[in-house]
Amino acid sequence: MATSTLVPASPENLEREWKLPDRGMIGIGFLIITESSLFSIFIVSYLYYIGKNLSGPYPKDVLDIPIVATVCLLSSSLTMIMAERALKRNQLGRFKLWWTVTILLGAEFLISTGVEWHHLIYIDHLTIATNLFGTTFYSLVGLHASHVIVGMTFLLLVLILTLSGFPIQTQERRVAFLSWYWHFVDAVWVVVFSVVYLIGR
Amino acid sequence: MLALAQAALLQTGVPALAEHRIANIFRPLATPADSEYKLALFVLSITGAIFVIVGGLLLYAMIRFRRKPGDDARQEPPQVYGSNQIEVAWTVIPILIVFILLGVTVRMIGAIQDAQPGPSALRATIVGHQWWWEIHYPDLGITTANEFHVPVADASGHATFMKLESMDVIHSFWVPQLSGKTDLIPNRDNALWFDPREPGVYLGNCAEYCGQQHANMLLRVIVHREGDFEKWAAAQSKPAEDDPAVSQGKAMFESLSCVSCHTVRGTSAKGDVGPDLTHLMSRETIGSGVLPNTPKNLRDWVKDPQAIKPGCLMPSMRLNGQELDQVVAYLESLK
Amino acid sequence: MAASDYPLEYPSHRHAEFSLSETLYECVTTVDHKRLGLMYIVAALIFMVIGGIMASVIRLQLAVPDAHVVSPETFNRLFTMHGTTMVFLLGMPILAGFANYLVPLMIGARDMAFPRLNAFGFWAFLFGGLLLYSSYIGGGGLSGAGSAPDVGWFAYSPLTERAFSRGASTDFWILAIMLTGVGSISSAINVIATIASMRCPGMTLIKMPLFVWMMLVVSWMIILALPPLSACQIMLLLDRFLGAHAFDTQAGGSAVLWQHYFWIFGHPEVYILVFPAFAVMSEIIPVFSRKPIFGRQAMVGAAVAIGFISMSVWAHHMFAVGMTSTANMFFVAATMLIAVPTGIKIFNWLATMWGGKLRFATPMLFCCAFLFQFLVAGLTGVMLGVAPFDWQLHDSYFVVGHFHFVLIGGIIFALFGGMYYWFPKASGKMMSETLGKWHFWLFCVGFNMTFIPMHFLGFLGMPRRIYTYAPGRGWDLLNMVASIGVIFQIAGIACFIWNVIQSLRSGEPAGDDPWDGWTLEWTTSSPPPEYNFEKLPVVRSSRPLWDLKHPQDPDWKFE
Repeated sequence: MATSTLVPASPENLEREWKLPDRGMIGIGFLIITESSLFSIFIVSYLYYIGKNLSGPYPKDVLDIPIVATVCLLSSSLTMIMAERALKRNQLGRFKLWWTVTILLGAEFLISTGVEWHHLIYIDHLTIATNLFGTTFYSLVGLHASHVIVGMTFLLLVLILTLSGFPIQTQERRVAFLSWYWHFVDAVWVVVFSVVYLIGR
Repeated sequence: MLALAQAALLQTGVPALAEHRIANIFRPLATPADSEYKLALFVLSITGAIFVIVGGLLLYAMIRFRRKPGDDARQEPPQVYGSNQIEVAWTVIPILIVFILLGVTVRMIGAIQDAQPGPSALRATIVGHQWWWEIHYPDLGITTANEFHVPVADASGHATFMKLESMDVIHSFWVPQLSGKTDLIPNRDNALWFDPREPGVYLGNCAEYCGQQHANMLLRVIVHREGDFEKWAAAQSKPAEDDPAVSQGKAMFESLSCVSCHTVRGTSAKGDVGPDLTHLMSRETIGSGVLPNTPKNLRDWVKDPQAIKPGCLMPSMRLNGQELDQVVAYLESLK
Repeated sequence: MAASDYPLEYPSHRHAEFSLSETLYECVTTVDHKRLGLMYIVAALIFMVIGGIMASVIRLQLAVPDAHVVSPETFNRLFTMHGTTMVFLLGMPILAGFANYLVPLMIGARDMAFPRLNAFGFWAFLFGGLLLYSSYIGGGGLSGAGSAPDVGWFAYSPLTERAFSRGASTDFWILAIMLTGVGSISSAINVIATIASMRCPGMTLIKMPLFVWMMLVVSWMIILALPPLSACQIMLLLDRFLGAHAFDTQAGGSAVLWQHYFWIFGHPEVYILVFPAFAVMSEIIPVFSRKPIFGRQAMVGAAVAIGFISMSVWAHHMFAVGMTSTANMFFVAATMLIAVPTGIKIFNWLATMWGGKLRFATPMLFCCAFLFQFLVAGLTGVMLGVAPFDWQLHDSYFVVGHFHFVLIGGIIFALFGGMYYWFPKASGKMMSETLGKWHFWLFCVGFNMTFIPMHFLGFLGMPRRIYTYAPGRGWDLLNMVASIGVIFQIAGIACFIWNVIQSLRSGEPAGDDPWDGWTLEWTTSSPPPEYNFEKLPVVRSSRPLWDLKHPQDPDWKFE
């Protein structure tokens, strides 16, 4: 914010031209940064312990690439962008539609994860206590899934509010911040997916 | 303490060694400690000089520029905002000092850490337990505990190279006059070496908090004169003598759960949870340095180790007076 | 918040005659940054006294060899709780307290960006602290094996695994610190958002007071460095409760991994703790030298550099762990490097004083002591950074001496200076200079008496965290001297507490600007009204009040 050479920096000018970033944006931005720091430690553990198991089951034996779940989760980012666009244009019907689709896609991801874990635990006998792979897998994927759950909770909250008549268009800013969080969760999945299902196998 | 050391060592026919009770890192008696000492002097002289110069300037400023009585409070001194040249100067000079320190340090790290044992080096494995030290000499087939015997090093070698392991939590081996410390970490092999230049008994401690009795996990490194280490090793590699005079005590030792924790070579006692007792009486101390190895102390220990080293993993065997006498008599036969 | 008139109907003055229940209700429900800031500081000081009592018992036990003042179990709990309390329940909250109170005032804002988050952060800290202390009652767990945690404040694995730490005491440590960590992170996000979004017109980043800059860098560091601690604590909980193997060496896991994670948090943490001291120093030294800070940009640059480099030095706490020589060399290099910007700060404070007109009121006394003591601390830190020297000194009393010189000799001294400096602003009353000087000298003598000998104990081979030691190892006299120093420290703190109480009751009225300061907090009343400023200020330099007082040579002509 340098003083302009054309316009003398009088107090009145400063007041008029003084624009600072939105605090909500900063808040959600730094929340994302701090969460990234949290995830990176779990990722380091996962990478460090690859190949160090003293006993099985081993990743390549039990892991199937979760294509459908991944596609759903990543598409949910796109549907969320559609929802936001609709909100910006005040198209509430469209907004509700895309928002609901986003939620359904997120739910599919969670259900897929649940089914995968059920299989791993009861058929493959891989639990968090089985070996290093079990520990790092469940803690990393579980950490991500818990973040999805938190995101879903807020998505549902927005949906319920909207459906019960709350004027959601007044909260466009906050919906945008929530979408950032959701995109972050998706981006983390890209990393987790690559580390667990691509590198780690 | 010295008299007891003499007595204990006389058991093995070896004259007493001087005990270095003050573990001063500025009196190094082996190469690693000596290198670290020289580096320490170098670093101390640099940091000392910095302290004198900067501290002196601070003191000078506080005296010279203090507000004098009678000074007009309205008169503000010249408002100096900074000076780029000065900033650069006192950035560059410290960076140069840092480079010098770094260069010296880096060379020494390699020299100490990456040293390899020569052909005459003694190899030993130290295994840390809560709260005692297990010592193996793989080439000599000897296992002992808590008191680490090594030969004095000389021009032809005879340094001691140790492998450091742990059975439970993290410990750290530190005998300041011989070398810096290295941790004993479970599921990890660490290494340490020293080449003691003077015979004597050196004191050290476990230097990583390892639980309740960390304070009493003491170290004694006994550096033998030339030729004496071989005598000690020879005596240690013999199995325990069988003295018929203490057969009652021996029977008691073997029938009680002593044998599930302790080893006495040449008997049925093959436990490895507690220290090897085959040549218990050749040690100057018991309980990993907690008490001198006297008949009375030994008796008190066997009666109730928890009273001496509360929390240690040896339970009180609840023996009555007579049983206690017999067992202790047996233990005293393990020379 | 817009920089326009705020049509408030608040009274411009709050009279101090509240009933107890009204005050309690206010404290529980408040979201005002000033009240929360004071609550943080008061709570932190109470924890400081508790931690100090623990330290006194420790020193009593260690005053003579083979003492039996406390049992080994009690001693081990004492040093664990002492360290945990002082770092997490004194250091972190007092930093939050100073930041929350002063940042809005210094940037010309009416409150923090997220007032309710602010309150949340405070209560998270307080409940975390209470949870930690409830371990004395509840830590026995089903097997009755524990009480308060006794694993050391950095809780190395595998000592903290279920097999070696039975009972629930370690779990109390984990959960309490996770909770306070959440509070710290919330506070940090709040500070950054406030600084980014709520500065008054004209206050560009470079014109912010250095105090605010330090708090900005600190908050960045908290955001990045606290999560690794939460992460390894979550992993430890999974190990302890679900049988996971994150640090389980029996399953092939790595005990050293905990140390890496902990110190990736822990090293930035100690810089997080020290930055508020830098912040206070950078405000007090100029005002009491009657000169602007020498080299503002360099100070900002040095702070940012320290913030960055501090993230890369962590394994200098692990030189004895058996890392490769290459790894050791890297961490030596990074550690040496961080000494450079830290030194630059000391030189700049010295240069600020140089040619000034020094006024040795109590705040300045504490700051001057900081300069000497922090210099010593920094130099002993450089000694420890030289790995081969560290192989002797690591985990010895030398380290204890070093970090207490940083924490007490540096941080606590500077914060006492800050308390004496801003107490008039927060309360409207001046503190007694006489009592202040008694506090200073008693505490200074006691502190040095306790912690200088520890460096020599380290040289003589005394390891840390031992509940007793044998006589005749050269440690007896030094320990005795260290323990006697505690008496003086207690006396000094007593003077301080008495000073606070007396001054609140009958201190001299302070007025808006008792110290002839230059930053925005001195433009409003003491104590400030709830809305801070009647009209939000517009600034043109980093010393707006100097500009107002000296219209002929304002700062903005020279900056």
